[in-house]
Amino acid sequence: MSKTIDSRIPEGPVAEKWTNYKAHQKLVNPKNKRKLDIIVVGTGLAGASAAASLGEMGFHVLNFCIQDSPRRAHSIAAQGGINAAKNYQNDGDSVYRLFYDTVKGGDYRAREANVYRLAEVSNSIIDQCVAQGVPFAREYGGMLANRSFGGAQVSRTFYAKGQTGQQLLLGAYSALSCQVNAGTVKLYTRYEMLDLVIIDGRARGIIARNLVTGQLERFAAHAVVIATGGYGNTYFLSTNAMGCNCSAAIACYRKGAYFANPSYVQIHPTCIPVHGDKQSKLTLMSESLRNDGRIWVPKKLEDAKALQAGTKKGSDIPEEDRDYYLERRYPAFGNLVPRDVASRAAKERCDKGFGVNNTGLAVFLDFSEAIRDFGKDTIAARYGNLFDMYEEITDVSPYNEPMQIFPAIHYTMGGIWVDYELMTSIRGLFAIGECNFSDHGANRLGASALMQGLADGYFVLPYTIQNYLADQITVPRFSTSLPEFDQTEKAVKARIDRLMGIKGKSSVDSIHKELGHIMWEHVGMGRTAEGLKEGIEMIKKLRQKFYTDLFIPQLDGVNTELEKALRLEDFFLMGLLIANDALSRNESCGGHFREEYQTEEGEAKRDDENYFYVGCWEYQGDDEKAPVLYKEPLVYEAIKVQTRNYKS
Amino acid sequence: MANISFTIKYWKQNGPKDKGHFDTHEMKNIPDDTSFLEMLDILNEELIEAGKEPFVFDHDCREGICGMCSLYINGTPHGKTSRGATTCQLYMRKFKNGDTITVEPWRSAGFPVIKDCMVDRSAFDKIIQAGGYTTIRTGQPQDANAILIPKADADEAMDCASCIGCGACVAACKNGSAMLFVSSKVSQLALLPQGRVEAARRAKSMIAKMDELGFGNCTNTRACEAVCPKCETIANIARLNREFIKAKLAD
Repeated sequence: MSKTIDSRIPEGPVAEKWTNYKAHQKLVNPKNKRKLDIIVVGTGLAGASAAASLGEMGFHVLNFCIQDSPRRAHSIAAQGGINAAKNYQNDGDSVYRLFYDTVKGGDYRAREANVYRLAEVSNSIIDQCVAQGVPFAREYGGMLANRSFGGAQVSRTFYAKGQTGQQLLLGAYSALSCQVNAGTVKLYTRYEMLDLVIIDGRARGIIARNLVTGQLERFAAHAVVIATGGYGNTYFLSTNAMGCNCSAAIACYRKGAYFANPSYVQIHPTCIPVHGDKQSKLTLMSESLRNDGRIWVPKKLEDAKALQAGTKKGSDIPEEDRDYYLERRYPAFGNLVPRDVASRAAKERCDKGFGVNNTGLAVFLDFSEAIRDFGKDTIAARYGNLFDMYEEITDVSPYNEPMQIFPAIHYTMGGIWVDYELMTSIRGLFAIGECNFSDHGANRLGASALMQGLADGYFVLPYTIQNYLADQITVPRFSTSLPEFDQTEKAVKARIDRLMGIKGKSSVDSIHKELGHIMWEHVGMGRTAEGLKEGIEMIKKLRQKFYTDLFIPQLDGVNTELEKALRLEDFFLMGLLIANDALSRNESCGGHFREEYQTEEGEAKRDDENYFYVGCWEYQGDDEKAPVLYKEPLVYEAIKVQTRNYKS
Repeated sequence: MANISFTIKYWKQNGPKDKGHFDTHEMKNIPDDTSFLEMLDILNEELIEAGKEPFVFDHDCREGICGMCSLYINGTPHGKTSRGATTCQLYMRKFKNGDTITVEPWRSAGFPVIKDCMVDRSAFDKIIQAGGYTTIRTGQPQDANAILIPKADADEAMDCASCIGCGACVAACKNGSAMLFVSSKVSQLALLPQGRVEAARRAKSMIAKMDELGFGNCTNTRACEAVCPKCETIANIARLNREFIKAKLAD
């Protein structure tokens, strides 16, 4: 079966597409904007910035989040920074170079036109945030400071200590609050979107559960935007917040939105290693640490054994016995290779027995040289809060001993398929931020997630959505008592009743942990066809247990176990999507590494002849049925597709 | 690493009007590198196994930045940590074998209980909505480097901006005052040229909103700064008072 996937990329050279698009797109006049309602689900960088910008333009916006306040969205936890092509450091940066690095970093699996637009609007984001009062780090002369991040040879990352995500989100939250005060945005906190309402083939509303009263409520609008983040928590242990979930995206997928490239999952190289089976989440240590920290394991196996047994400490190993394996393998980029490369290199060393903690699953990130060269105060000013956080968790001070780190699930490049206008395959439904798939290809570079979230929310969606809404100005507001709302709400209620009716013995978390183990072992960092097939069977079997042995307390009102159960049901479907996509992609690229497809040196081996496309999966009406794959061929006009090289 | 056993006494309350009570549970052999919230996960697993209702509390990022977690542990908001830290950054190694650990919600007129230790902090959103921003339009303002800001001012503004809006300051204050929260936002923007334009209006409207929502006054007991997980200081409150008086005098 084949279907043409139309990405609706405008004509013209890549550098002129966005300017041309804006010059010719349809707009909505101010008077008509007030008659149009837009639902925005999610209040992270993408959701909050979109809701604020749309409200300020004059649209009537309904903004939803599951937390108690929009400021809690998980964008808040991003540490390192945000990229922009300002070239403030005079080191040769440009829009083209940021575009190029992002496409290359994504292992040539991103859509060129979208990435160019992202690089183009990156500079406006910095201007916007500074005007909001975001306290970016500055130099003594009062100018903005920059640092380097993985996958780039220029310093283009703007930062606010190790709390850049927090400051950018608070900036977007303040813009949102300003609009709430102005009456253009209405906030719905502690609400969870459970389904999408479609009327005559267009997205026209949502069914949401009020997490305090437990009631289902209906909301109608002329367009729906989802900005609900990624699906990393499918793996149970990840750097995501506990509440992060893919349920809104999966609800849209079940209603016909394509899910693109689900196998592109980013494993972040610098996380605090797993310590026990009671652990609930993994904590990231910012990539910015790789600016000054050097990654190593011992050269000698006997030293590794001593570290694993706890008879030696990292500082006991002399300089000449340390293997700085990233500097050795990738001399040009050294410790600043992209995340996928760094993660695999750590796994390779640990698989060979050189791991440095009691589980054998950790490598060192060492600051002793940086502290010697720059002094403790300078290092404390750069990373103090991260060092404190590390010590709080592990009881070891990185000022005295090297940090221990290991890769962990962090970000998902795949997501709901969108066209150039960020519209999904359902008309009137848009997806922005991590929730969509388009900009990062098979691997995201550090400090690019914040850039993409804010680019989509402040500068892209507010334009492109008007092109859709321009012919909706005569459509009156919808009533939520239409039969489409009745049916959708009935289906949601039936789903809740089914789960509540199981009355088994296993807690949601205990089953979720099992799913996480399967995902990490079979659909994790090193995948094989055989392992994936086995994984798929195991997921299906575990899902049987979920449907027969799940326990949810019979409560009205707040019922956190029910919330988690609904999300877990969607993680099952997500896990199968990831595994199926990984199985169908017989190549290694970016975050997707198939052990069968690697070079002799152990680098990822892409197959551009057969896999130079976006994999778009369509739901077939039932969770039990296998999804169908459509392909959007990638067309590169500006960039020559090459093998990634970080060695020279 | 060692294992510890202790008694946990946790608050149960079904909605804002319910009187509420403590339940207790014996926790056995908990590894001391477990985080406090992971310990509560274990508690909930055990309650579920026994067919009981799980204990409800707010939590999300579990790395000390989202501000969602909000437990009053042994009489201190977020529990006693060696330096500023949230509940989720508290580890069981801070407790001893045989301890009784008491867990309560934030108690303040401004934060009604939703269930157990989950409270409603939407009042903080309302205070920010009253003026905690610069009123600028999305678009293309001047180049970011056109506004030069001395490093010291930018760093100080950053410290003020670190507030995570958790509400520990209110929970610790005998008057239930939100002054540390309000002053941190007012200070961040007052220290930056971008925020000066609306400084007077901001100070007045945020304080008016805080009063309207039932938060108390500041009597300089410094209980708030002692428990702030992000080490906000009452120097911010002094700055807020200056901004407020200046604004009132100009009226």
